[in-house]
Amino acid sequence: MSRLYIGRNPRVAARSIDGEMMIMSGRDSTLFTLNKTATILWQAADGATPLDQIVDQKICTEFEVSSADALKDAETLARELASHEILEISEQPIAARRSSGESR
Amino acid sequence: MSSLMAEMTERALARNIPLSVQLDLTYRCNERCVHCYLDHDDHGEMTTAEIKHLLAEMADAGVFFLTLSGGEIFLRKDFFEILEYARLDLNFSVKLKTNAIMIHEREAARLRDIGVESIQISIYSHRPEVHDAITLVPGSLRRSLDAARFLKSQGLRVTLANVLMHQNLGDYQGVRALAQELGIESTLDPTITPMMDGDRSILSMGVGLDTLRGLFRQEELVGDVDEFCAIAPLDEDALSARPCSAGHSACYVSPYGDVFPCVQFPLPTGNVRKQRFVDIWRHSDQMNEVRSIRLKDLTSCSSCVHGTSCTRCPGLAYMEGNMRGPSSQDCEKSFARTGVPSANMLAKKRAPANLVQIRVLPAAVNAPASA
Repeated sequence: MSRLYIGRNPRVAARSIDGEMMIMSGRDSTLFTLNKTATILWQAADGATPLDQIVDQKICTEFEVSSADALKDAETLARELASHEILEISEQPIAARRSSGESR
Repeated sequence: MSSLMAEMTERALARNIPLSVQLDLTYRCNERCVHCYLDHDDHGEMTTAEIKHLLAEMADAGVFFLTLSGGEIFLRKDFFEILEYARLDLNFSVKLKTNAIMIHEREAARLRDIGVESIQISIYSHRPEVHDAITLVPGSLRRSLDAARFLKSQGLRVTLANVLMHQNLGDYQGVRALAQELGIESTLDPTITPMMDGDRSILSMGVGLDTLRGLFRQEELVGDVDEFCAIAPLDEDALSARPCSAGHSACYVSPYGDVFPCVQFPLPTGNVRKQRFVDIWRHSDQMNEVRSIRLKDLTSCSSCVHGTSCTRCPGLAYMEGNMRGPSSQDCEKSFARTGVPSANMLAKKRAPANLVQIRVLPAAVNAPASA
């Protein structure tokens, strides 16, 4: 099975407001808030780290869940975020972007 | 406002987060609009490094919505460097305010690549002889509209912003039609802002009551006319409400690093060259004073029938002499909207006219002269 890579779409605006990640779509200016899992994915989406590694290192350590279940859910969530053009998904590493906004 | 936006604003207010900032990158301009409130000389603009440092501080403070304005922003040679840093490194949602006459196909494509939220272009008339007579730059309407088309063709959101004054009184429908033809939005604002140094002479360009009355009864401008012109009840909730976002969830930074509650509220609260942005936002006495004011604290407006529905601008009130006082321009708008004079207008009517001062003379003076 091929690995998935996720990267932040550079066209969105993002800010952590009081611990909750706010995202504005670059496509139509729709505003989203990310839940805790989605925020973890957003912050870890550097285009270089495979999704399964993100799940193992960032999600399984945070929630009591098996690696396989967590990966399945994370893939579904990543695809949903990609459908809103918040994340980009690829089976290849995604070229490094300038955005360093994960901490803000 | 969407519910999520309202929720985000409430959270920002509760946590004292400056959600929105307007940053003027320069006061220099390549137009000389007759109604402009700015001094266009450069008195020491922030450098590229200073602006980048400020932007990073603002992102850390929680600023999400950033408006870059001026002056004319494209006059800064480092404009795209600043914009790319704000968008791609710091993830702000960025709006631009510009006259757009320096935007061509290449600049429009670059703005699309960087991903700005919207671009607001100042357009005062659909007729070159009127628009160019306001900007004092021949050919400026054609250049601004060419830019609007370039931007639109890149899929960017463009708004034509029109300020209504005597000079372009009959042309606002022409501007609206032009916007519709281009497939973009337009706004109309009848407010002329006093000069930043306090000079109020340009206010004479503003339209009068009769014109406002007519505007406020046009459905295409205000929506439901009856609702727009209604007087809302003044209750306890309204009296405890914040007057506007200035100093509460929004502020303004000048090209020289001065921080104010709003671009239209020139109360100095600190300078980012001397203090951290977040320290000014949180701890400035002036910012906290603005933040403390509620409708019930306002000298005249707290008992005014228009208290709830008035567009009172605390900055215009400040420029009139008292940030807790009324803003006469907004009193006039409320009067034009409803036909009911504001408390401030009634008080002025009751006050003795300055030119006729009748005083009772002392008795000794009144007594007939003795022989």
